[in-house]
Amino acid sequence: MFTRTRRPPLHDSAATAHHAAHDNPALLHHFAEESQQRNAASLGMWVFLAQEVMFFGGLFCAYLIYRLKYFGDFGAASQTLDIKLGATNTIVLIGSSLTVVFAVWAAKNGRRSMLLINLVLTLILGCAFLGIKAVEYRSKFVEHHVPDLGFHMDEPTHIPGHPDIPVNQRHAEMFFSLYFIMTGLHALHMIIGIGLFLWLLIMAWKGRYTPQYNTPVEIGGLYWHFVDLVWIYLFPLLYLIDRHP
Amino acid sequence: MSDQHEEHSSSLGFYVGIWITLMVCTGITVWAAFLDLHQFNAAVALIIATFKATLVVLFFMHLRGAGERLIKVWVIASIFFMLVLIALSMADFGTRLWS
Repeated sequence: MFTRTRRPPLHDSAATAHHAAHDNPALLHHFAEESQQRNAASLGMWVFLAQEVMFFGGLFCAYLIYRLKYFGDFGAASQTLDIKLGATNTIVLIGSSLTVVFAVWAAKNGRRSMLLINLVLTLILGCAFLGIKAVEYRSKFVEHHVPDLGFHMDEPTHIPGHPDIPVNQRHAEMFFSLYFIMTGLHALHMIIGIGLFLWLLIMAWKGRYTPQYNTPVEIGGLYWHFVDLVWIYLFPLLYLIDRHP
Repeated sequence: MSDQHEEHSSSLGFYVGIWITLMVCTGITVWAAFLDLHQFNAAVALIIATFKATLVVLFFMHLRGAGERLIKVWVIASIFFMLVLIALSMADFGTRLWS
Protein backbone atom coordinates (compact mmCIF):
# COMPACT_ATOMS: atom_id res chain seq x y z
CA MET A 1 0.00 0.00 0.00
CA PHE A 2 2.89 2.35 0.68
CA THR A 3 4.77 1.69 -2.54
CA ARG A 4 2.11 3.50 -4.54
CA THR A 5 2.63 6.70 -2.61
CA ARG A 6 6.39 6.50 -2.13
CA ARG A 7 8.03 9.79 -2.81
CA PRO A 8 9.90 9.76 -6.08
CA PRO A 9 13.49 11.02 -6.21
CA LEU A 10 13.83 14.77 -5.99
CA HIS A 11 15.84 15.15 -9.19
CA ASP A 12 14.22 15.44 -12.60
CA SER A 13 11.98 12.39 -12.84
CA ALA A 14 9.11 12.10 -15.28
CA ALA A 15 6.61 12.86 -12.53
CA THR A 16 8.19 16.16 -11.59
CA ALA A 17 8.68 17.16 -15.21
CA HIS A 18 4.98 16.63 -15.92
CA HIS A 19 3.97 18.73 -13.00
CA ALA A 20 6.33 21.61 -13.24
CA ALA A 21 3.42 23.81 -12.23
CA HIS A 22 3.17 22.04 -8.85
CA ASP A 23 5.92 22.42 -6.33
CA ASN A 24 5.30 19.06 -4.70
CA PRO A 25 7.68 16.42 -6.06
CA ALA A 26 5.75 13.73 -4.18
CA LEU A 27 2.74 14.15 -6.47
CA LEU A 28 2.54 11.10 -8.72
CA HIS A 29 1.72 11.70 -12.35
CA HIS A 30 -1.59 9.82 -12.33
CA PHE A 31 -3.12 12.14 -9.74
CA ALA A 32 -4.46 15.55 -10.61
CA GLU A 33 -3.67 17.17 -7.29
CA GLU A 34 -2.24 16.50 -3.83
CA SER A 35 -5.59 16.15 -2.11
CA GLN A 36 -6.72 13.55 -4.64
CA GLN A 37 -3.54 11.54 -4.06
CA ARG A 38 -3.92 11.79 -0.30
CA ASN A 39 -7.61 10.82 -0.39
CA ALA A 40 -6.87 7.83 -2.64
CA ALA A 41 -4.24 6.55 -0.21
CA SER A 42 -6.36 7.03 2.88
CA LEU A 43 -9.42 5.50 1.19
CA GLY A 44 -7.23 2.46 0.45
CA MET A 45 -6.42 2.12 4.14
CA TRP A 46 -10.09 2.53 5.10
CA VAL A 47 -11.04 -0.23 2.65
CA PHE A 48 -8.40 -2.46 4.26
CA LEU A 49 -9.81 -1.58 7.69
CA ALA A 50 -13.34 -2.45 6.49
CA GLN A 51 -11.97 -5.89 5.67
CA GLU A 52 -10.44 -6.01 9.16
CA VAL A 53 -13.84 -5.19 10.65
CA MET A 54 -15.27 -8.26 8.92
CA PHE A 55 -12.26 -10.34 10.00
CA PHE A 56 -12.54 -9.46 13.69
CA GLY A 57 -16.33 -9.31 13.36
CA GLY A 58 -16.38 -13.04 12.64
CA LEU A 59 -14.36 -13.70 15.79
CA PHE A 60 -16.62 -11.48 17.88
CA CYS A 61 -19.61 -13.34 16.46
CA ALA A 62 -18.04 -16.69 17.45
CA TYR A 63 -17.39 -15.26 20.91
CA LEU A 64 -21.00 -14.09 21.22
CA ILE A 65 -22.41 -17.50 20.29
CA TYR A 66 -20.20 -19.41 22.74
CA ARG A 67 -20.72 -16.82 25.46
CA LEU A 68 -24.49 -17.36 25.17
CA LYS A 69 -24.09 -21.13 24.94
CA TYR A 70 -21.62 -21.55 27.84
CA PHE A 71 -22.67 -18.43 29.73
CA GLY A 72 -21.60 -19.28 33.28
CA ASP A 73 -18.46 -21.18 32.32
CA PHE A 74 -17.23 -18.16 30.36
CA GLY A 75 -17.90 -15.98 33.41
CA ALA A 76 -15.90 -18.36 35.61
CA ALA A 77 -13.00 -18.61 33.14
CA SER A 78 -12.90 -14.83 32.78
CA GLN A 79 -12.29 -14.49 36.56
CA THR A 80 -8.83 -16.00 36.09
CA LEU A 81 -7.71 -13.05 33.94
CA ASP A 82 -5.92 -10.19 35.66
CA ILE A 83 -8.04 -7.02 35.41
CA LYS A 84 -5.10 -4.84 36.52
CA LEU A 85 -2.95 -6.03 33.62
CA GLY A 86 -5.85 -5.77 31.16
CA ALA A 87 -6.73 -2.25 32.30
CA THR A 88 -3.07 -1.20 32.22
CA ASN A 89 -2.85 -2.44 28.65
CA THR A 90 -6.00 -0.48 27.76
CA ILE A 91 -4.44 2.67 29.21
CA VAL A 92 -1.15 1.98 27.39
CA LEU A 93 -2.95 1.55 24.06
CA ILE A 94 -5.12 4.65 24.46
CA GLY A 95 -1.95 6.55 25.38
CA SER A 96 -0.29 5.28 22.22
CA SER A 97 -3.28 6.48 20.19
CA LEU A 98 -2.67 9.96 21.61
CA THR A 99 1.00 9.88 20.62
CA VAL A 100 -0.07 8.73 17.15
CA VAL A 101 -2.43 11.68 16.62
CA PHE A 102 0.34 13.95 17.87
CA ALA A 103 2.71 12.36 15.35
CA VAL A 104 0.20 12.86 12.51
CA TRP A 105 -0.31 16.47 13.59
CA ALA A 106 3.45 17.03 13.76
CA ALA A 107 3.94 15.55 10.28
CA LYS A 108 1.22 17.76 8.82
CA ASN A 109 2.70 20.83 10.46
CA GLY A 110 6.30 20.08 9.62
CA ARG A 111 7.46 19.63 13.23
CA ARG A 112 10.21 17.09 12.71
CA SER A 113 11.41 16.63 16.30
CA MET A 114 7.83 16.40 17.63
CA LEU A 115 7.12 13.77 14.95
CA LEU A 116 10.20 11.74 15.88
CA ILE A 117 9.50 11.94 19.63
CA ASN A 118 5.90 10.81 19.17
CA LEU A 119 6.84 7.96 16.86
CA VAL A 120 9.39 6.76 19.45
CA LEU A 121 6.81 7.10 22.26
CA THR A 122 4.31 5.11 20.19
CA LEU A 123 6.88 2.36 19.68
CA ILE A 124 7.70 2.30 23.40
CA LEU A 125 4.00 2.06 24.33
CA GLY A 126 3.42 -0.61 21.69
CA CYS A 127 6.29 -2.68 23.08
CA ALA A 128 5.01 -2.12 26.63
CA PHE A 129 1.64 -3.50 25.55
CA LEU A 130 3.26 -6.61 24.09
CA GLY A 131 5.45 -7.01 27.17
CA ILE A 132 2.44 -6.93 29.50
CA LYS A 133 0.64 -9.33 27.16
CA ALA A 134 3.64 -11.69 27.35
CA VAL A 135 3.49 -11.62 31.16
CA GLU A 136 -0.21 -12.53 30.97
CA TYR A 137 0.41 -15.34 28.48
CA ARG A 138 3.23 -16.68 30.67
CA SER A 139 0.94 -16.94 33.69
CA LYS A 140 -1.66 -18.70 31.54
CA PHE A 141 0.93 -21.30 30.57
CA VAL A 142 2.05 -21.71 34.19
CA GLU A 143 -1.56 -22.20 35.34
CA HIS A 144 -2.33 -24.72 32.56
CA HIS A 145 -4.98 -22.46 31.09
CA VAL A 146 -3.79 -23.01 27.52
CA PRO A 147 -6.27 -25.09 25.50
CA ASP A 148 -5.07 -28.55 24.50
CA LEU A 149 -1.83 -28.37 26.52
CA GLY A 150 -2.99 -30.34 29.55
CA PHE A 151 -5.75 -27.80 30.14
CA HIS A 152 -7.30 -27.72 33.58
CA MET A 153 -8.85 -24.82 35.48
CA ASP A 154 -8.75 -25.36 39.25
CA GLU A 155 -10.12 -21.96 40.24
CA PRO A 156 -12.93 -20.94 40.27
CA THR A 157 -14.61 -24.28 40.78
CA HIS A 158 -18.15 -22.97 40.42
CA ILE A 159 -20.08 -20.66 38.13
CA PRO A 160 -20.27 -17.07 39.44
CA GLY A 161 -23.56 -16.48 41.24
CA HIS A 162 -24.37 -20.20 41.26
CA PRO A 163 -22.31 -21.94 43.98
CA ASP A 164 -24.17 -25.20 43.25
CA ILE A 165 -23.14 -25.49 39.57
CA PRO A 166 -19.57 -26.73 38.94
CA VAL A 167 -17.57 -25.37 36.02
CA ASN A 168 -17.47 -27.53 32.91
CA GLN A 169 -13.78 -27.81 31.99
CA ARG A 170 -14.42 -28.19 28.24
CA HIS A 171 -16.60 -25.08 28.19
CA ALA A 172 -13.98 -23.08 30.09
CA GLU A 173 -11.39 -24.34 27.61
CA MET A 174 -13.49 -22.82 24.82
CA PHE A 175 -13.25 -19.45 26.55
CA PHE A 176 -9.48 -19.71 26.57
CA SER A 177 -9.42 -20.81 22.93
CA LEU A 178 -11.26 -17.62 22.00
CA TYR A 179 -9.09 -15.62 24.42
CA PHE A 180 -5.89 -16.81 22.78
CA ILE A 181 -7.16 -16.51 19.20
CA MET A 182 -8.55 -13.00 19.68
CA THR A 183 -5.75 -11.54 21.81
CA GLY A 184 -3.16 -13.42 19.74
CA LEU A 185 -4.41 -11.98 16.45
CA HIS A 186 -4.63 -8.58 18.10
CA ALA A 187 -1.03 -8.95 19.30
CA LEU A 188 0.00 -9.95 15.76
CA HIS A 189 -1.57 -6.72 14.53
CA MET A 190 0.41 -4.86 17.19
CA ILE A 191 3.64 -6.48 15.99
CA ILE A 192 2.86 -5.47 12.40
CA GLY A 193 2.01 -1.97 13.63
CA ILE A 194 5.34 -1.73 15.45
CA GLY A 195 7.06 -2.76 12.22
CA LEU A 196 5.18 -0.05 10.32
CA PHE A 197 6.05 2.58 12.89
CA LEU A 198 9.73 1.59 12.90
CA TRP A 199 9.66 2.17 9.14
CA LEU A 200 7.85 5.51 9.63
CA LEU A 201 10.49 6.46 12.20
CA ILE A 202 13.33 5.72 9.79
CA MET A 203 11.64 7.70 7.01
CA ALA A 204 10.86 10.58 9.36
CA TRP A 205 14.48 10.54 10.52
CA LYS A 206 15.52 10.90 6.88
CA GLY A 207 13.20 13.89 6.61
CA ARG A 208 10.85 12.37 4.07
CA TYR A 209 7.69 13.83 5.60
CA THR A 210 6.74 17.42 4.97
CA PRO A 211 3.50 19.39 5.30
CA GLN A 212 2.99 18.62 1.57
CA TYR A 213 3.69 14.91 1.87
CA ASN A 214 2.89 12.89 5.00
CA THR A 215 0.42 10.29 3.80
CA PRO A 216 2.32 7.28 5.22
CA VAL A 217 2.18 8.78 8.73
CA GLU A 218 -1.53 9.47 8.33
CA ILE A 219 -2.53 6.02 7.09
CA GLY A 220 -0.09 4.26 9.43
CA GLY A 221 -1.91 6.17 12.16
CA LEU A 222 -5.28 4.91 10.87
CA TYR A 223 -4.02 1.34 11.19
CA TRP A 224 -2.73 1.92 14.71
CA HIS A 225 -6.03 3.47 15.85
CA PHE A 226 -7.94 0.51 14.43
CA VAL A 227 -5.82 -1.92 16.45
CA ASP A 228 -6.54 0.21 19.52
CA LEU A 229 -10.24 0.06 18.64
CA VAL A 230 -10.26 -3.75 18.60
CA TRP A 231 -8.72 -3.78 22.07
CA ILE A 232 -11.41 -1.36 23.32
CA TYR A 233 -13.92 -4.16 22.66
CA LEU A 234 -11.71 -7.08 23.68
CA PHE A 235 -11.01 -5.68 27.14
CA PRO A 236 -14.60 -5.66 28.50
CA LEU A 237 -15.62 -8.81 26.62
CA LEU A 238 -12.73 -10.93 27.90
CA TYR A 239 -11.75 -9.41 31.26
CA LEU A 240 -14.86 -7.82 32.68
CA ILE A 241 -17.64 -10.39 32.42
CA ASP A 242 -19.57 -11.56 35.48
CA ARG A 243 -17.27 -9.71 37.88
CA HIS A 244 -19.98 -8.37 40.17
CA PRO A 245 -20.47 -10.21 43.46
CA MET B 1 -9.64 20.85 1.95
CA SER B 2 -9.10 24.00 3.94
CA ASP B 3 -11.48 23.06 6.75
CA GLN B 4 -9.75 19.69 7.02
CA HIS B 5 -6.43 21.45 7.44
CA GLU B 6 -7.88 23.66 10.17
CA GLU B 7 -9.18 20.62 11.96
CA HIS B 8 -5.69 19.15 12.02
CA SER B 9 -3.74 22.17 13.03
CA SER B 10 -5.89 23.71 15.71
CA SER B 11 -6.54 20.81 17.97
CA LEU B 12 -3.68 19.50 20.13
CA GLY B 13 -5.60 20.44 23.27
CA PHE B 14 -8.71 18.89 21.75
CA TYR B 15 -6.86 15.59 21.25
CA VAL B 16 -5.83 15.62 24.90
CA GLY B 17 -9.48 16.21 25.81
CA ILE B 18 -10.55 13.17 23.79
CA TRP B 19 -7.77 11.14 25.40
CA ILE B 20 -8.92 12.13 28.90
CA THR B 21 -12.49 11.19 27.99
CA LEU B 22 -11.27 7.78 26.78
CA MET B 23 -9.34 7.26 30.04
CA VAL B 24 -12.39 8.23 32.14
CA CYS B 25 -14.56 5.84 30.09
CA THR B 26 -12.06 3.03 30.72
CA GLY B 27 -12.35 3.71 34.44
CA ILE B 28 -16.16 3.73 34.22
CA THR B 29 -16.12 0.39 32.35
CA VAL B 30 -14.06 -1.29 35.08
CA TRP B 31 -16.20 0.27 37.82
CA ALA B 32 -19.47 -0.70 36.12
CA ALA B 33 -18.29 -4.30 35.72
CA PHE B 34 -18.34 -4.70 39.52
CA LEU B 35 -21.90 -3.38 39.89
CA ASP B 36 -24.72 -5.87 39.84
CA LEU B 37 -26.82 -4.68 36.91
CA HIS B 38 -28.32 -8.13 36.31
CA GLN B 39 -28.51 -8.78 32.59
CA PHE B 40 -27.47 -5.24 31.69
CA ASN B 41 -23.77 -5.51 32.60
CA ALA B 42 -22.81 -6.61 29.10
CA ALA B 43 -25.01 -3.95 27.49
CA VAL B 44 -23.44 -1.19 29.60
CA ALA B 45 -19.91 -2.44 28.81
CA LEU B 46 -20.68 -2.55 25.08
CA ILE B 47 -22.32 0.88 25.07
CA ILE B 48 -19.25 2.42 26.75
CA ALA B 49 -16.92 0.55 24.36
CA THR B 50 -18.94 1.77 21.37
CA PHE B 51 -18.84 5.34 22.69
CA LYS B 52 -15.04 5.07 23.00
CA ALA B 53 -14.75 3.54 19.54
CA THR B 54 -16.87 6.36 18.10
CA LEU B 55 -14.59 8.98 19.66
CA VAL B 56 -11.50 7.24 18.26
CA VAL B 57 -12.96 6.92 14.76
CA LEU B 58 -14.40 10.44 14.56
CA PHE B 59 -11.56 12.43 16.08
CA PHE B 60 -8.36 10.36 16.19
CA MET B 61 -8.93 8.82 12.77
CA HIS B 62 -10.33 12.15 11.52
CA LEU B 63 -13.48 10.66 10.03
CA ARG B 64 -15.17 13.87 11.06
CA GLY B 65 -13.81 16.36 8.58
CA ALA B 66 -12.59 13.71 6.15
CA GLY B 67 -12.30 15.22 2.70
CA GLU B 68 -13.56 12.15 0.89
CA ARG B 69 -17.21 11.27 1.45
CA LEU B 70 -16.56 7.80 0.08
CA ILE B 71 -14.59 7.02 3.27
CA LYS B 72 -17.75 7.57 5.32
CA VAL B 73 -19.66 5.23 3.02
CA TRP B 74 -17.04 2.53 3.63
CA VAL B 75 -17.19 2.96 7.39
CA ILE B 76 -20.98 2.77 7.46
CA ALA B 77 -20.93 -0.22 5.07
CA SER B 78 -18.41 -2.14 7.19
CA ILE B 79 -20.42 -1.59 10.37
CA PHE B 80 -23.65 -2.49 8.58
CA PHE B 81 -22.30 -5.73 7.16
CA MET B 82 -20.74 -6.71 10.48
CA LEU B 83 -24.17 -6.26 12.06
CA VAL B 84 -25.70 -8.35 9.26
CA LEU B 85 -23.08 -11.04 9.96
CA ILE B 86 -23.91 -11.07 13.66
CA ALA B 87 -27.69 -10.73 13.23
CA LEU B 88 -28.03 -13.57 10.74
CA SER B 89 -25.68 -15.82 12.74
CA MET B 90 -27.68 -15.16 15.88
CA ALA B 91 -30.94 -15.79 14.02
CA ASP B 92 -29.54 -19.16 12.98
CA PHE B 93 -28.14 -19.97 16.43
CA GLY B 94 -31.28 -18.86 18.22
CA THR B 95 -33.63 -20.97 16.12
CA ARG B 96 -31.66 -24.23 16.23
CA LEU B 97 -32.67 -26.80 18.77
CA TRP B 98 -29.19 -27.26 20.16
CA SER B 99 -29.03 -29.08 23.49
